[in-house]
Amino acid sequence: MAKKQITQADVEKIASLANLKVTSREKKLFSEQFTKSLDVIDQLQEIDTKGIKTTHQVTGLKNVTREDKIDETRMLSQKEALSQAKKTHKGFFVVPAVIHKS
Amino acid sequence: MTKKLHQLSIKEIHQGLEKKEFTVQELIEHLLKRIDKYNPDLNIFLTINPNAIKHAQEIDKQIAKEGITKPLQGIPIAIKDNFLTKDLVTTASSKLLKRYLPQYESTVTQKLRDAGAIIIGKTNMDAWAHGSSTETSDFGSTLNPWDKGRLPGGSSGGSTAAVAAELVPVAMGTETAGSVRQPAAWCGVVGFKPTYGRVSRYGCIAMASSTDSPGPIARNVHDAALVTSVIAGQDKYDATTSPLPVKKYHTQLNRQDLKGVKVGLVKEYLIDGMDKQVKKLVLDAAEHLKSLGAQVDEVSLLDPKYSISVYTILQRAEVSSNLARFDGVRYAQDRQSFSEEAKRRIMLGTYTLSAGYRDAYYKKALAVRTKIVNEFDQVFKKYDLILGAVSPTPALKKGASAKNPLFGEMQDVLVEPSSIAGLTSISLPCGFVDKMPIAIQLTAKQFNESTVFSVADVYQQTTDFQQFPDLK
Repeated sequence: MAKKQITQADVEKIASLANLKVTSREKKLFSEQFTKSLDVIDQLQEIDTKGIKTTHQVTGLKNVTREDKIDETRMLSQKEALSQAKKTHKGFFVVPAVIHKS
Repeated sequence: MTKKLHQLSIKEIHQGLEKKEFTVQELIEHLLKRIDKYNPDLNIFLTINPNAIKHAQEIDKQIAKEGITKPLQGIPIAIKDNFLTKDLVTTASSKLLKRYLPQYESTVTQKLRDAGAIIIGKTNMDAWAHGSSTETSDFGSTLNPWDKGRLPGGSSGGSTAAVAAELVPVAMGTETAGSVRQPAAWCGVVGFKPTYGRVSRYGCIAMASSTDSPGPIARNVHDAALVTSVIAGQDKYDATTSPLPVKKYHTQLNRQDLKGVKVGLVKEYLIDGMDKQVKKLVLDAAEHLKSLGAQVDEVSLLDPKYSISVYTILQRAEVSSNLARFDGVRYAQDRQSFSEEAKRRIMLGTYTLSAGYRDAYYKKALAVRTKIVNEFDQVFKKYDLILGAVSPTPALKKGASAKNPLFGEMQDVLVEPSSIAGLTSISLPCGFVDKMPIAIQLTAKQFNESTVFSVADVYQQTTDFQQFPDLK
């Protein structure tokens, strides 16, 4: 793979995908650092993985399920669930608006 | 010379309590005094449990009535601040969670409490466990009790420093790739990493869910084995935990020698960048194992430098997904409170998972992961354990992590492969360089915790490298 350069515009785009804000200092810093980090991780291209399956997890377990029944012992009460929220309304979380009228 | 209360192991504390030489309350008060004295300097504890003495009084009453009936009854323990504790603020050393009081309890801390342990406080760490120095903590770095100009390692650096400074006999940490073993090495204490899925992750603030493994830090192998016996096991709240039965690991430490034990010394792990004196101590340890009757042969594994790449890709990807949940709506501050290191990791993960790059990075890393797993499998067909250094150097000086965005990954080069494969491993002191402790690791195949503990125990019983710093 050709050497990948992460520009400040790339950093800005990644930040918006991750719902983060970056300062102009961070934009510059991250563009340099990400470029270097990608350089390091690109070492993997040296390894031939043709025909090798991917390993997503190492437990050897498959299809771990539980009965589809309500287990009240693992539920938080409404009071507990809301206990750390900054804004609540009649037993609900208040969330910021995500759809704006143009 | 009789030992001071802070110098006692779990076994010795229980013996002392049984003989009524001291009470749990006296023990807790003694340790709290030490914490008062040393913590302002070392910055180990973020939170002290205000109810620890009350809890001790209750346990003293229980013991007076029924004797010691629980495996950790009255044992003070420090908990890394990424385990949710219902009665204690839990921050993961991040500003974002600085006032977060958990709505539920982690399985590990619940099991420790049920076994009678007293949580004395919550310890400092790299923020979100993102690092190998504790320098990324939003509440300042912890200092190494052996030399305050040096780092304790991380991310569980607060917990390993707490045991090294003899503020607690035992502590809990978590590993994603070396976060127990590396700080245990730099602080000169025993650090244990169980097999992935042996100990529940429920209620641990997630970093990389496919490798996160809670593990104990202790004064000796026996205590680490005892705590593991308590915290291990299947948990209905964590579907990745194994249904295999848990052994009483601490009762199986009955080896006198290592006859019949086969140990592989990985030649690729004696890397070029390694401190020469560290390398010598690892080779000395190999000789010592031989003198106890073990067969030690050189074996070959994939160059660990590739594990840096695999780990960096997988860890950043899992971090970007795990930390997406912090929206500031249901709890905690909003995403603007993430500090630089967390942003860097979330964003690199977001990038490598994004359309067009996923195959080149993430899927490639998962394929190399298969290779790493297969290579270990091959070695473990012939060998019981793999021996190597934990860290290529003694504890580094303060500020060492600041300039390198992959500082942790580079430092943890020798512990990453076993984490990627989900193996079990222990970090054990094996000598000193520049008056700083150095450690070997002994790694076994999955669910062979007993082998790791029993061999480590013989090594420790026949050497005198487990020492503690004089704090003045």
